[in-house]
Amino acid sequence: MIHLAMATGFLLILIGFYGAVSNRNILRMIVAFTIADSGVNLVIVAIGYMPGRTAPILDATVKAGYAAARIIDPVPQALVLTAIVIGVGVTALMLAYAYKLYEKKRSLDIAKFTELRG
Amino acid sequence: MVKRLGALLLLLAIGGIFTSLLVGYVPDTELNDTARYYAYHTAADIGSANIVTAIVITYRGLDTLGEVTVLFLAAAILGLVLARGRRQAQARRALTPVGELLTTGSRVLVPLIMLLGVYVFINGHLTPGGGFQGGAVIASGVLLLLLAGPRKPFAHSLIAAVESLAGVFYVVIGLMGLVLAGGFLDSRVLPLGVLGALFSAGTIPIIYTLIGLKVGAEFSVMLSDLAETEELG
Repeated sequence: MIHLAMATGFLLILIGFYGAVSNRNILRMIVAFTIADSGVNLVIVAIGYMPGRTAPILDATVKAGYAAARIIDPVPQALVLTAIVIGVGVTALMLAYAYKLYEKKRSLDIAKFTELRG
Repeated sequence: MVKRLGALLLLLAIGGIFTSLLVGYVPDTELNDTARYYAYHTAADIGSANIVTAIVITYRGLDTLGEVTVLFLAAAILGLVLARGRRQAQARRALTPVGELLTTGSRVLVPLIMLLGVYVFINGHLTPGGGFQGGAVIASGVLLLLLAGPRKPFAHSLIAAVESLAGVFYVVIGLMGLVLAGGFLDSRVLPLGVLGALFSAGTIPIIYTLIGLKVGAEFSVMLSDLAETEELG
């Protein structure tokens, strides 16, 4: 089960990378980056998972004293919570810059932007 | 053609690394030292039933303040970058009518979505929720409003006031922790209460409410900035 989740995450990262390098349209590249982002989050959460354990929330079935033997690792979940939020911010910025680039050249084709070519 | 071949080779190399990671992976059977510390000490020290919340708000509270700051910067830069596009767009083109279904549906759903968002961030220390998730839910309600009434004026000053006040109070609570408890953003300013009760875990519910309002406001500003940017002719 855990290998399935992790393999899905790795596959999403690869799909995202492929989309980012094979598409010339900037909007498609942004979508590809968000797919890779989801893949990374999935892999990190899968690393924190431990078979036979439950979510890191204390209640009647997970008593505070025995929590260390019953719960999965809470640290990757806290990390991914941060990563998702920052991912939204990055995506919004990428979209804004894509708009600016379109405004300048009237095109979203990455091959048309040659100013930085050496 | 050469480019595509290079891309495929790169992907094969990365895929090979991933496969070797995946094949050799054995999940841990015991928590590592950091996680065990959190598992043992959260209930007594922080009083939050959700251990992830205790990590995000108290143990690593400074990181979360930085995260909220990054999000604020992203929203501010988005507004700055898109500002000129907005001003130019005086001659607005005619939109297709929104339609009965979306208008009525948004009237029914938006209050419920807002309620769910508030529920999610107020119960952040008890259930798998929190300020960021609740803020995102609230912003999805704002998105529905923007879809249903694209021409309705967006209350920018109200949203900006909510956002700045939430940020200021978040930092003030953090400073109170410096004076009244163990350090900056220490949540033990208020009594810890009973584990699992709504009013427990010190200032965590207050901080998560403020984060929820702030994140909801920031996402809403991002959405309205993107929505008000007109299509280029």
